[in-house]
Amino acid sequence: MISRGNLVSALALLAFIAVAAGCGQPPPEGNDGESGREGTSGEAAGGETTAQEKLEPGEGSLVVYSGRSEELVGPIFEQFEERSGVDVQVRYGETAELAATILEEGENSPADLFFAQDPGALGALDDEGRLAKLPEEILGRVPDHFRADDGDWVGTSGRSRVVAYNTDELEEGDLPSSVFGFTDPEWEGSIGWAPTNGSFQAFVTALRVLEGEDRAREWLEGVQANDPFVYPDNLSAVEGVASGEVEVALVNHYYLFQVKEERGQDLPAANYFFDGGDPGALVLAAGAGVLDTAENPEAGREFLDFALSDEAQQYFTDDTYEYPLIDGVEANEELPPLSDLQSPQVDLSNLDDLGGTLELLQETGVL
Amino acid sequence: MTSPAAVRTGGGRGTRPRRRAPLLLGGLGALIVAAMALPLVYLVVRSFEGGWEEIAEVVLDGDTLAVLGRSALLAGVVTAASVAISVPLAWLTGRTDLPGRRVWAVLAALPLVIPSYVGGFVLVSVLGPRGMLQGWLEPFGVERLPEIYGFPGAALALTLFSYPYVFLTVRGALRGVDPAMEEAARSLGSGAWTTFARVTLPQLRPGIVAGALLVALYCLSDFGVVSLLQYDSFSNQIYIQYRSAFDRTPAAILALMLVTLTIAVLLVEGRTRGRARYHGNAASRPASTVALGRWRLPALLFCGGVVLFALVAPVGVLGFWLARGLAEGEPLRPLWNAAWSSVYASGLAAGVTALAALPVAILSVRFRGRVSGLVEKATYLGYALPGIVLALSLVFFGANYAPWAYQTLGLLVFAYAIHFLPQAVGTTRSALLQVRPSVEEAARGLGRGPARVAATVTAPLAGSGILAGAALVFLTTMKELPATLLLGPTGFETLATRIWSATSEAFFARAAAPALLLIGISAIPLYVLVIREGAK
Repeated sequence: MISRGNLVSALALLAFIAVAAGCGQPPPEGNDGESGREGTSGEAAGGETTAQEKLEPGEGSLVVYSGRSEELVGPIFEQFEERSGVDVQVRYGETAELAATILEEGENSPADLFFAQDPGALGALDDEGRLAKLPEEILGRVPDHFRADDGDWVGTSGRSRVVAYNTDELEEGDLPSSVFGFTDPEWEGSIGWAPTNGSFQAFVTALRVLEGEDRAREWLEGVQANDPFVYPDNLSAVEGVASGEVEVALVNHYYLFQVKEERGQDLPAANYFFDGGDPGALVLAAGAGVLDTAENPEAGREFLDFALSDEAQQYFTDDTYEYPLIDGVEANEELPPLSDLQSPQVDLSNLDDLGGTLELLQETGVL
Repeated sequence: MTSPAAVRTGGGRGTRPRRRAPLLLGGLGALIVAAMALPLVYLVVRSFEGGWEEIAEVVLDGDTLAVLGRSALLAGVVTAASVAISVPLAWLTGRTDLPGRRVWAVLAALPLVIPSYVGGFVLVSVLGPRGMLQGWLEPFGVERLPEIYGFPGAALALTLFSYPYVFLTVRGALRGVDPAMEEAARSLGSGAWTTFARVTLPQLRPGIVAGALLVALYCLSDFGVVSLLQYDSFSNQIYIQYRSAFDRTPAAILALMLVTLTIAVLLVEGRTRGRARYHGNAASRPASTVALGRWRLPALLFCGGVVLFALVAPVGVLGFWLARGLAEGEPLRPLWNAAWSSVYASGLAAGVTALAALPVAILSVRFRGRVSGLVEKATYLGYALPGIVLALSLVFFGANYAPWAYQTLGLLVFAYAIHFLPQAVGTTRSALLQVRPSVEEAARGLGRGPARVAATVTAPLAGSGILAGAALVFLTTMKELPATLLLGPTGFETLATRIWSATSEAFFARAAAPALLLIGISAIPLYVLVIREGAK
């Protein structure tokens, strides 16, 4: 039982650790993360030294905390690196968790730029005074309501709240003209939503701002009474629509295209945009801001300059199906143009009372 | 349940005089407790930021207590179910003539390598009201399957993907049972069942309890399953606070309450563990095999059923998603860098954690007392905290007090170690319990110092337990996500982060490839561990 085998295995384990530790550094790191797809080839060609050198946050490097996933924004960072020669190091994570991380890090935060999925997280950092004012030439490129009132963050791409519906079960004419229509009992058991999602919560905040607390509560209680399907995220909700689990789901517009890309274009699902300034047609923005403690704020502004260039905006249009926010770049041909969307008139930086929304969601039993 | 006297006399004396632990051992223990205290200090600091009023408001909220109760219920049910599955599985694959028992042992342990966020996702897609299973049943007129969301689904998913903790520890304990006692019981006229229940089972108790504790605390901390299956547990509430409110104070207060619940679980465990010692005869031999006879078919069906649900189904669905994505023209992307990072970081974590577990386990087994007991209990606190809480506490300490270590692999491995230490402590402790102190005493008598005895006698004797602990930590680290995202070196990418990155924006196919690779790589150490033990 005391077998030599045990001892040998234990020694082998220790030897492995020793060798691993001796090699010093974990090879992939910098190279791998910041430029996903290129990682492998770059590594093979450049070897470990290059990878290590790239890791050092030295002159001209930009540290980004990105709540937007590498699948979507990785290519933007790569293009920016190519154009500017600035070395970009990206830490990907959940938007809210990265915001909490920056708050915990305090003055020692290594981050230069925070790239967020939704305005809520940017607002939270802004409230704590953690964002630095952006120059007017960057802010001026997007419409007023896609940037912070105080100029501390700027939207980089737009997304509309929509109703994704199953085209086997419903026709466009079956859908209500306002999001309040879903409180009707006829929708019982056929609605899907994702209440933990940041965009959903931003929508509820907008509902409170536009219609008042009572109407917002009424809406939540009404939909809740229809026993909606709770999904962990927008994507699963759209999958639910496509599979017929639910007939409609309240989501952002671009998930439909992502699901179709993977599951095939003939899925029985489509987007429905409310009109007439209905709160259900809220257009939100993903955005970014430069940290007050940034070591390299200049590179951060340079990146924002690039993110609002024709080239980057065209990428969002073509590859992520989001709305471009600058003049001169047209929305994806699969989408109604931004100018046709009848979003409610609400300023995104007024959507910062997430705490109140959360309270309401918990009081109504939605969360 | 009391253990028979025979078990206790195996070690010689029932109780032995208390000894003082050597300085080095005590010092190491103190160091480890200090490390475990870091997240707690952070939570206390954050909790009191809002003053007593906010604490009272959060704690006394009627919902909070209900949610706490729901978490406790979930942990209790999942733990009981895991024990009920694992003890027969371990016995069947370890002690009977079950056909292909070694293969079954490996297959039964494998669900451990499936991350709960992947397993839960798959479960929802298969068993959802309009999921895949419903699709297959549609021709038979099944329009909707019964609701799996909420408690039943969460309990099912957590049981399926965490029972192997108990299976592995019970299997390890079964190896250490001295067959002489069973044979004695049989020769004195006990039947196979009676012998199992009265002689074998009590000796398995440390193993069962060690595994059950891991499962129970895992249930408290897990977020993946409860969020996917919409069970409003405590960890879910904590995540909602972090994710939506950007307010860290209520989250910290909730996390401290979770710590309290953990302490309650540890107290229950302390009572269950009992006071008996279990060292068998050091010169033990392989146990004789029990012939299953007509029970063979039911036994096979049982093993097959568990493996089908916990392993074949999730892996099959992942394979299906991958194939579907590839058919739609989704390119396969190279994953070797991420795979290597996973293996490298997990290997380091396994080694460091196994080494750190050794002094804790030795203290708790050989120098039993209130203090050594507390040291051992303290190691479990980090385990029951949701990963995000632990990660943010180390973000706070790292960025503000150890900027030189912040966002380095070292701090990440440190985080893994304080998160998963109990996995190594539990198995090492069980193994040590089965090593007779008289062997160590003989070495001391022959003139070796305590440190050398620990290194040259105790460690090799308990080697299989230590290795099992290292392997468990390795597997769990491979799956870890929140700490890896927040604390890893910038740009550090593992298979787990690749899966997360793909699922957070769609792309089942893109998530399936790294998930399958993660499962495949993790299976190797598990396979070696199970096979190697079986070969003895």
